[in-house]
Amino acid sequence: MKALAWHGKHDVRMDTVDDPGIVNPRDAIIKVTSTAICGSDLHLYDGYIPTMKAGDVLGHEFMGEVVEVGAQSTLKKGQRVVVPFTIACGSCYHCGKHQYSACPNGLPADNQDIAQELYGHEMSGLFGYSHMTGGYAGGQAEYVRVPFSDVGPLVIPDGVEDDKVLFLSDILPTGWQAAEYAQIEPGDTVAVWGCGPVGLFAVQSAFLMGAERVIAIDHFPHRLELAKRFGAETINFEESATYDALMTMTGGIGPDAVIDAVGLEAHGLFVDNVIDQIKASTFLGTDRPHSIRQAIIACRKGGRVSMPAVYGGFVDKFPLGAFMEKGLTLKTGQTHVQHYMPALLNAIMEGKIDTEFLISHRMPLSEAPEGYRMFKDKQNEVTKIVLKPGLDRVAA
Amino acid sequence: MGDLANAQSDDAPLANSKRSEAAAEAAAQIPEGRGDTIVNAAVTINKPVAEVFGFFRDFANLPRFMENIERIDVIDPQRSHWVVKAPAGGSVEWDARVTEEEADRLIAWTSEDGAEVPNSGRVEFRDAGTRGTVVTATILYDPPGGVIGKVIAKMFQREPAIQARRDLRRFKQLLETGEIATPAMNAKQFEEMGL
Ligand SMILES: NC(=O)c1ccc[n+]([C@@H]2O[C@H](COP(=O)([O-])OP(=O)(O)OC[C@H]3O[C@@H](n4cnc5c(N)ncnc54)[C@H](O)[C@@H]3O)[C@@H](O)[C@H]2O)c1
Ligand SMILES: [Zn+2]
Ligand SMILES: [Zn+2]
Repeated sequence: MKALAWHGKHDVRMDTVDDPGIVNPRDAIIKVTSTAICGSDLHLYDGYIPTMKAGDVLGHEFMGEVVEVGAQSTLKKGQRVVVPFTIACGSCYHCGKHQYSACPNGLPADNQDIAQELYGHEMSGLFGYSHMTGGYAGGQAEYVRVPFSDVGPLVIPDGVEDDKVLFLSDILPTGWQAAEYAQIEPGDTVAVWGCGPVGLFAVQSAFLMGAERVIAIDHFPHRLELAKRFGAETINFEESATYDALMTMTGGIGPDAVIDAVGLEAHGLFVDNVIDQIKASTFLGTDRPHSIRQAIIACRKGGRVSMPAVYGGFVDKFPLGAFMEKGLTLKTGQTHVQHYMPALLNAIMEGKIDTEFLISHRMPLSEAPEGYRMFKDKQNEVTKIVLKPGLDRVAA
Repeated sequence: MGDLANAQSDDAPLANSKRSEAAAEAAAQIPEGRGDTIVNAAVTINKPVAEVFGFFRDFANLPRFMENIERIDVIDPQRSHWVVKAPAGGSVEWDARVTEEEADRLIAWTSEDGAEVPNSGRVEFRDAGTRGTVVTATILYDPPGGVIGKVIAKMFQREPAIQARRDLRRFKQLLETGEIATPAMNAKQFEEMGL
């Protein structure tokens, strides 16, 4: 089959690789109909994530049709499913608490050592996201092997288009969890750093959870415009001083909750960010955490910090003093996707959440390398690219 | 109270001690302990203690999650014959004997005299209520030199504790999910990758 494979920094290619097949009894094979490129994929593309190997198939946001099932799978051939990016077993202690992204059972034992050394514990298995998370082939491919298919994939009713539900695989639950972690109370003002897909879904979710005001921060006018569409006020950090603006806009109090939806590749010529870039390129520090610093400094005393943004290693100058002295609370983590999927599917069906607004480009899978380039270089107008293997099949 | 200077003053497992004499003390706790290198690891398995103990007690099950063990032939309830993979398709073998056993609580074994790789171990099982069963393995062995040494180095990895930890993780996966996680894309890749 054809699949998008990583070969190094800024080098992804369409490769011909082995077809997947059933390995374990709970597996299913999915014929991919839609798959998206994620902000997290850019971290791989830019070479920030360790333990990648040439030839690794990328993609963790995908859906498709069930074409093969193992003896213990509960899926049926022909069903359409959205697959959560976290591989969780459904039967361990963590899954019992719905902490699906903490499930250790989807991560091959040998792949657990790296995270155990680095973080003190193993992580969950993820599709198409380095060997530290299992080395699973991802969904930017014609077919994917999906483990634990009896508990992960969500069956989509007939007649509901892919584009409406594809984002249940990651970014919609991630934006929702980010807002939930902000513990929003009625009347709250929530500030969101980053108007990428995660930030934009966090904006929608925050309003649904009762936020009175949401202030969205980015430097891309088009992305800020999208946030505005959902009722957010905006700050363009290239035109305005973010902290000063936030303080004035909140009457000197600061936002009640702050959400960092930027992550380890923060943009902008801020002094600390420039130092971070030099350090990252010389391997002295691994992450560029400007946005989380700024969020902590702006957050009101006793407020909440929610950090869906991904960080992989160590950061310098984390404002621990501000964090302590202001009595802040931080909640973060990979999303417990399985926990949120069913309710969010209902919210989409009831028209409470808009998902399709995000898609700026639809392309055949074969053009995925071009898709990566565009997503990296034209972030203003390219908000989300959905790859459709089906478009190839029609063309072929 | 005579030997306070040497005695362990905390509740940490002996195998995690920083004191150099600790290995010998831990070895003394394993009946007929053989070897001077000690490794321990623990895992919590979300299954009742009787099920976890029962599965482990049938030694023929061990190769299903212990990477380097090719097979274990159960001779009688006390004795078994272990075959461990070696490079170039060879193998290292030894007989082992159960030295201590308490149903649903613990099992200990030792290799018989003359084993190429003297080893012994003790695995404890503890009912952890709603969390299932805590399994704690303590293994003692004598790392030999030469070819056998290489086998053993591989068996216990560069850091011996890592292999024990990996095996216990697979044990957990097998009992909790009925399968062992693998990134293999298909049966052919799975063959190439091994457990
Ligand atoms: N927790 C999870 O499970 C999970 C899941 C998916 C994505 N993520 C992470 O969430 C983050 C966002 O994902 P995305 O897909 O929306 O990414 P994205 O790259 O599309 O969006 C990030 C946005 O942040 C903006 N930005 C950059 N620097 C900024 C700054 N200093 N201040 C304000 N805005 C700034 C960028 O202009 C961009 O619009 C990434 O780190 C991603 O890895 C986490
Ligand atoms: Zn994603
Ligand atoms: Zn689990």
